[in-house]
Amino acid sequence: MSTKVVARAPLTFYERTYLPTILSGLKVTAKHFTDTVFRGKTVTMEYPEERWVVPEGYRGAPYLVKDQEGAIKCVSCQLCEFVCPPKAIRITPPGADGAPADRTNAEKMPKEFEINMLRCIFCGMCQEVCPEEAIFLQKDYSLTGESRAEMIFDKAKLLKLGGTHGGVQKWKHKLEGAKAQEVFPV
Amino acid sequence: MSAPAIPAPAPAAPAPPPVETLTVKVNGKTLQVPKTHPDWQGKPQPTTMLQAARCGGVDIPHYCYHDKLPIAGNCRMCLVEFGTLMMDPATRKPILNEDGTPKISKSVLPYEPGTPRGAISCATPISPGMEIYADSPATKQMRESVLESLLINHPLDCTICDQAGECKLQEYSVEHGQAGSHFVEAKVHKPKAVDLGPRIVLDDERCILCTRCIRFTKDIAGDDALGIVNRGSYNTISAFQTGKFDNNYTLNTVDLCPVGALTSKDFRFKMRVWFLKETKSLCTGCGTGCNITVGSREGIIHRYEPRENDAVNGPWMCDTGRLNYKWIGRPDRLTEVRVNGQKVTWATAVKDIGSRLIRASSGSVALIASARQTTEELFLLKSLATRLGAVTDSVPREGEADHLLVNADRNPNTNGTRLTGIAFTEAGMQLPLIAAGIEAGTIRTLIVFGEDVTKHGIGPELLAKLEMLVVSDILPNATTAVATHLLPGASHAEKRGTFISVKGRLQKLTKAVESPGDARAEWEFLHELVHDVTGRNGFTSIEGLFNLMARETPAFAGLEWANIGDKGVDVKI
Repeated sequence: MSTKVVARAPLTFYERTYLPTILSGLKVTAKHFTDTVFRGKTVTMEYPEERWVVPEGYRGAPYLVKDQEGAIKCVSCQLCEFVCPPKAIRITPPGADGAPADRTNAEKMPKEFEINMLRCIFCGMCQEVCPEEAIFLQKDYSLTGESRAEMIFDKAKLLKLGGTHGGVQKWKHKLEGAKAQEVFPV
Repeated sequence: MSAPAIPAPAPAAPAPPPVETLTVKVNGKTLQVPKTHPDWQGKPQPTTMLQAARCGGVDIPHYCYHDKLPIAGNCRMCLVEFGTLMMDPATRKPILNEDGTPKISKSVLPYEPGTPRGAISCATPISPGMEIYADSPATKQMRESVLESLLINHPLDCTICDQAGECKLQEYSVEHGQAGSHFVEAKVHKPKAVDLGPRIVLDDERCILCTRCIRFTKDIAGDDALGIVNRGSYNTISAFQTGKFDNNYTLNTVDLCPVGALTSKDFRFKMRVWFLKETKSLCTGCGTGCNITVGSREGIIHRYEPRENDAVNGPWMCDTGRLNYKWIGRPDRLTEVRVNGQKVTWATAVKDIGSRLIRASSGSVALIASARQTTEELFLLKSLATRLGAVTDSVPREGEADHLLVNADRNPNTNGTRLTGIAFTEAGMQLPLIAAGIEAGTIRTLIVFGEDVTKHGIGPELLAKLEMLVVSDILPNATTAVATHLLPGASHAEKRGTFISVKGRLQKLTKAVESPGDARAEWEFLHELVHDVTGRNGFTSIEGLFNLMARETPAFAGLEWANIGDKGVDVKI
């Protein structure tokens, strides 16, 4: 690989006194000082009682969501587990004798779904790869716990935190289509 | 160590007769291809376009065609455009262009200019001078259309389909398909999750009707159980007559199925295939020695699949062998080294056994090995027995053979016990003698590897008379319960080594997963024990151990670990 040498201009005498930089810094401090002391404005937040409101599209912690009928959307395809760069996601597939899926002909849903929030980097690859729109990065950015084990969020916790996210309900439409053709043994 | 006698190289076999070839062009490249190829029964048949293209390194996509099945030609995926030599009807000589090259008549109908008229390359024999256009625009257009047709009623439920990741429909759609479809009609719905047999689940919507499963079951397994019922887009695979698809080879249809229509109940929803680490290994269910691929993830084995080896099992394996992995992860596996019931370290146990064996008088030791052990382990046990003057034997295990793969000898390495000298006549002949020796008190030490001898004539009352009972096994049984020295061993998926099939095929095992707890591959602690007892050393790796064994065993003369390869070699038995 070739190296590109970038020319660095020498500091002028004015810059080498360092005073202008110090003064411009002091100016910001002085402004905040007058704002808070004389004008009654605040520049800090009483965290954690007071929380920063994140903007739309913010990438916080990923949680599992349910559809508008309260059914688990995840079908345990394990694409998120595969794509997850820090390997934070761990899915236990249902196996042949697992519980039937909430949605009649989706056939499967995860037996267990764990996200290790200590590993998660909130990159959003899981949301992007999910073919079922079952996992979304939500607005939680400050997750705390008293132990490492507590920071591994299981399926029940992820679903509780995730809430509801509607969608096209493709499995329902498939079932309706099959019923309409009267060849589907339901 | 005695100097290894290097045997004179065997005289070279007479050169095979020259193969008759034809000249064809594949994608513009001139090739000499054999005139015939073996069909599914191994009989020579005229080479097809698909096989000719393969000779030139061009893989024509196909679903219904399979090397080891009769040709059906129904999926149309392998359609290609081609051209043949234009012949002068009078002289039967090729007509030449002005520049001297032969004129090619393309497979395009003259009355409909430009209409691609491909032929299915899996069933069309080649002719001299034929040109195959495996990636011409017309061929590509045909492939796109065929894929579009196959996907008309396909449910596209890859997210819940076990085949996803190894599905030919997925692969070809990405490689040769198109993004859109002309079909706006509602998809035809068919039965899903049909219970086809005790080990097979059928999803009729995913089926592309290639009939591979039907042909396999009828022609290879010899159980004409499957067929297609209903008409048109309502075609469905069905198990007719008996209504159940249940023979010992049903799971091969899961491998054969290019899509996710036939899936294994055992592997159903267990793990996505892209997570599986694939290890080349062997089935140890019987003496056939089928080559397998072990699919494991993080130390858990999820499935066995057959690995193609025409010298042994072709591309198939039986269901019994395929499901013979569940005991490996059993929670009651032996995981602790125990001496007189106390948990000890390997070093303590091996030293203790070694020092006691050295003091044992000649003839007071007997050794019962298992024909389920690797040849290397049997070799080490034999060298131990030779030093101790011990009588050795193994336990026969007979079952019923079938017409395809299952052998009557249920031991995977009977030939290993014979060639290493553990049981060079008939296995099990010495067992009554050993029992009598223990009864009479002449045999005071018994070493048992991988067998429950209480089931083979040496009951607990006899074992109680022994001074020392060294037992190595994988799972607990009546013999391990009374062992004075208990050494937890490794299953075949947890170690390396070789097995010799009933037909004399020497093949390698490869380690797929780690042993639980303190369990260790037998050859690892055996070589320490052999060193302690006999003073011999020099084989701390399986490669070195095999090479040493090959030098000292006449049947393996000239063999080296590095030369065995993935598919094994034949040895004289």
